[in-house]
Amino acid sequence: MSDMRQFKEVNQVRRRVDGVGLVTGKALYTDDYDIHGMLSAKVLRSPYPHARIKSIDVAKARALEGVRAVLTWKDVPRVIITEAGQGFPEPSPYDKFILDNKVRFVGDEVAVVAAETTEIAEKALLLIKVTYEELKPILDPRDSMKPGAPVIHDEPEWRIPIPVEMDPKKNLCGRADVTIGNMQRGFSGADQVFEHEYENHYAQHVANEPHITISYLDPQNRLVLISSTQVPFHVRRIVARALDIPVKRIRVIKPRIGGGFGSKQDIVTEPLCAALTLATGMPVRLQLTREEVFTSSRTRHPTITRLKTGIKKDGTLTAIEMEVLQNAGPYGTHGLTVLTNTGSKILPLFRCANVRFNAWSVYTNLLQGGAYRGYGGTQSGLAMNIQMDEMARAIGLDVALLYRKLHIKKGEGSPVFAALGEGAEGHAMTIGSCGLAECIDIVMRESGWARKRNNPGAGRVRRGIGMAVLMQGSSIPKIDMASCSIKMNEDGSFNLLCGATDIGTGSDTVMAKIAAEVLGVKTDDVIVYSSDTDFTPFDVGAYASSTTYLSGMAAKKCAEQIAGQIRSVAAEMLEEDATGIVLEEGKAVGKKGGVTLAQVGTRSLYEKDQHQIAAFASAYSDQSPPPFAAHVAEIEVDIETGRVQVVTYWTATDCGVAINPLLAEGQVEGALLNGISYALSERFIYNSKGKLLNPSFGSYGVYFTRDLPEIKTFLVPTYEPSGPFGAKSIAEVNINGPLPAISNAIFDAVGVRLRKPPYTPEAVYKALKKR
Amino acid sequence: MKITLKINGKMRVVEAGPGEILLDVLRREGYKGAKFGCGHGFCGACTVLLDGRPVNSCLLLVGVVEGREITTIEALGSVDKLHPIQEAYLDAGAVQCGYCTPGFILSTKALLDEKPEPTEEEIKQALDGNYCRCTGYVKIIDAVKLAAKKRKKR
Ligand code: FES
Ligand code: FES
Repeated sequence: MSDMRQFKEVNQVRRRVDGVGLVTGKALYTDDYDIHGMLSAKVLRSPYPHARIKSIDVAKARALEGVRAVLTWKDVPRVIITEAGQGFPEPSPYDKFILDNKVRFVGDEVAVVAAETTEIAEKALLLIKVTYEELKPILDPRDSMKPGAPVIHDEPEWRIPIPVEMDPKKNLCGRADVTIGNMQRGFSGADQVFEHEYENHYAQHVANEPHITISYLDPQNRLVLISSTQVPFHVRRIVARALDIPVKRIRVIKPRIGGGFGSKQDIVTEPLCAALTLATGMPVRLQLTREEVFTSSRTRHPTITRLKTGIKKDGTLTAIEMEVLQNAGPYGTHGLTVLTNTGSKILPLFRCANVRFNAWSVYTNLLQGGAYRGYGGTQSGLAMNIQMDEMARAIGLDVALLYRKLHIKKGEGSPVFAALGEGAEGHAMTIGSCGLAECIDIVMRESGWARKRNNPGAGRVRRGIGMAVLMQGSSIPKIDMASCSIKMNEDGSFNLLCGATDIGTGSDTVMAKIAAEVLGVKTDDVIVYSSDTDFTPFDVGAYASSTTYLSGMAAKKCAEQIAGQIRSVAAEMLEEDATGIVLEEGKAVGKKGGVTLAQVGTRSLYEKDQHQIAAFASAYSDQSPPPFAAHVAEIEVDIETGRVQVVTYWTATDCGVAINPLLAEGQVEGALLNGISYALSERFIYNSKGKLLNPSFGSYGVYFTRDLPEIKTFLVPTYEPSGPFGAKSIAEVNINGPLPAISNAIFDAVGVRLRKPPYTPEAVYKALKKR
Repeated sequence: MKITLKINGKMRVVEAGPGEILLDVLRREGYKGAKFGCGHGFCGACTVLLDGRPVNSCLLLVGVVEGREITTIEALGSVDKLHPIQEAYLDAGAVQCGYCTPGFILSTKALLDEKPEPTEEEIKQALDGNYCRCTGYVKIIDAVKLAAKKRKKR
């Protein structure tokens, strides 16, 4: 590791800066804001997967006492939008009206009511009479592009704002086809060729706080939204478009957020809530029920991946061909970008001269896909890591050695980086830091890999051990932008304002620590506020693992400017040259002595040449340095019931320099357990009409403490030269491991290969019977 | 209808319908540390203590708890003097989004009041009604152990 000087705040264990409010229950989440006279909103949802609204009669509902507004598609602007909270122009199709005369999944929005109480609003929903003309639905993505398939988006307004291949007449809402090298030559040079189909299932984020928005008009008739969102600036832009009002009339406040994981990167509750405020002039609160979060927010895109790999006896890969069919659901939010990331988050990880990625995203009348931690990397991590295990066994090589031989190293690039980006071409990149070799060593050593592998034991309960390796990115190169401002106070403290959106990730703490490190003060001396579109500078928001890397970079640049201003005031005070002055322990110290930052602050505000020490800085990157991780899962399989239990799970992650090691470990463990429960128990059950049958915590299958296996977390320090104080991202990468690592462990235990999670007792039992 | 509730050691007369849910009444009365996560008794975000035992306030009717002792997160530490369990949650890194945290802290309090030195199994059992998506529970369990240790030292 190079350039790792002794940090004072960065990389040290500190309490999170927002912690006290959280443990005392004082922190304000959206639902904690009381606004006098606030109305309660409820949404009428479609019972059909695909239907046209023939007529809709709201007279009785409007007449109900206490009802203030009932809106249907006739009452809202007919403006086509995407609800994907992405940069502009969005790489997602404009295929959604906030209310429409057609519904495209069970749970789609039909009408919305605002009333004096929730009970009245619910009663009003029952009084709305809708006549539907049922249309043939598409409930399997394999059917979406068949000739004669129903067209889910026949609205003439449909469009895609960037030049990419999509065709709503064919239900096609995303396409990628990239070839590097020569596939034919690649496969003919192989000693063995492997080809299988892998399929990941639907999943929901299940953030603890349901989606919620409060909207009201301020005294200037501006529309204020307090919202549980990961993307306040995108909310402002998209709500402005949807309601046909200027951006300048909207203010979005991000209060405390109760988790997101991608589900709140979309505009889910904001436009309807705001429309009701505009219609009534009154404050409105729209909170989804837990059932609605399941049926009508966002999901992980299910994907069918056909993976074909050519390998030589010595483990050299000669060709990788990945064919992907992604189920986008009824609207194309994030379909294309998750699709391209399915390729770009795994293919560069392994050296191979001939690579093809050929992929389709298609509409169906099932639940809506969106951003979900892992963002494509989960889908392809499954296929690639299982196939690696299959190939290693076939050529008689330990898969750990195969990984070590093939993985990308520091100083190397991959043609995939340039070929495949965010829905379009990407950007060439050379790896500036990679600790994956050490990650693999650690999980092998700590797990007792060599001893346990191929050693299932006999009897009813068999043991197995499996591995996976992973990469993600840190921000979207040349698209994402983050900025922040800092001003200095007379006591030597600082206000840092940022658009970076702390949704529980600890990014406020990361920003404070980075600024404190530069300014030579304690983390506590930096007061962070995030985010409010009226006050804080722009940031794309909390997604794409961008915050620590990119927003952190903005904090560092901004603090450096402030440090320069402090040094010049101190230089005058000390009567010496500014260049020799250093900031440490709350002082500006020169050759002739020092002054405290309080003295500098007081002088600049009150005493001499008065001015505000303040700065703005933006960060933007053409790189997206990947964090890397190695996973080992040790499991038990009960061969009589098919029940799989994780005994111990080891992870080692290279996130560069961990700005806050405790928070970084927390990101690993949270992502990991989410990945484990996704692999073993979380699932959606649909009936034959496309209706979700298990929209609840209890039946969906999230984990509680009793389900927790032993988890061993290791951070492998490297220094990423392009990152702030050597940092890369960490939030997403570790959710991608359990699907393949557990499948590989099941094979190690009982010799059956499961390529289609979840690995429920029924699925495993069935596979064992077929053996 | 007027109902007398004993909240955090103080008697309070509140206006509430007989069929009203305790969580809604508490939040209306300003005890906002209890959160809504599901309304069906699954997530524990709404946890409060009833006579010292953790309960899901989203499942209780106010009428049922009249006269009984209700403890909310607001009764534990204050912003300038945290309760040792709150300290432990911060020091162990057990707090991310924080939405589940008041519920977990109250369940932890009930556990430690009854069993000052719980085993890992007992901790997992006692917290099993509280859902957390952010942390993976690892550091929450560390926090409970740390809180138990802190308590022993005092
Ligand atoms: S809100 Fe009470 S258990 Fe979920
Ligand atoms: S910290 Fe977010 S749900 Fe527990």
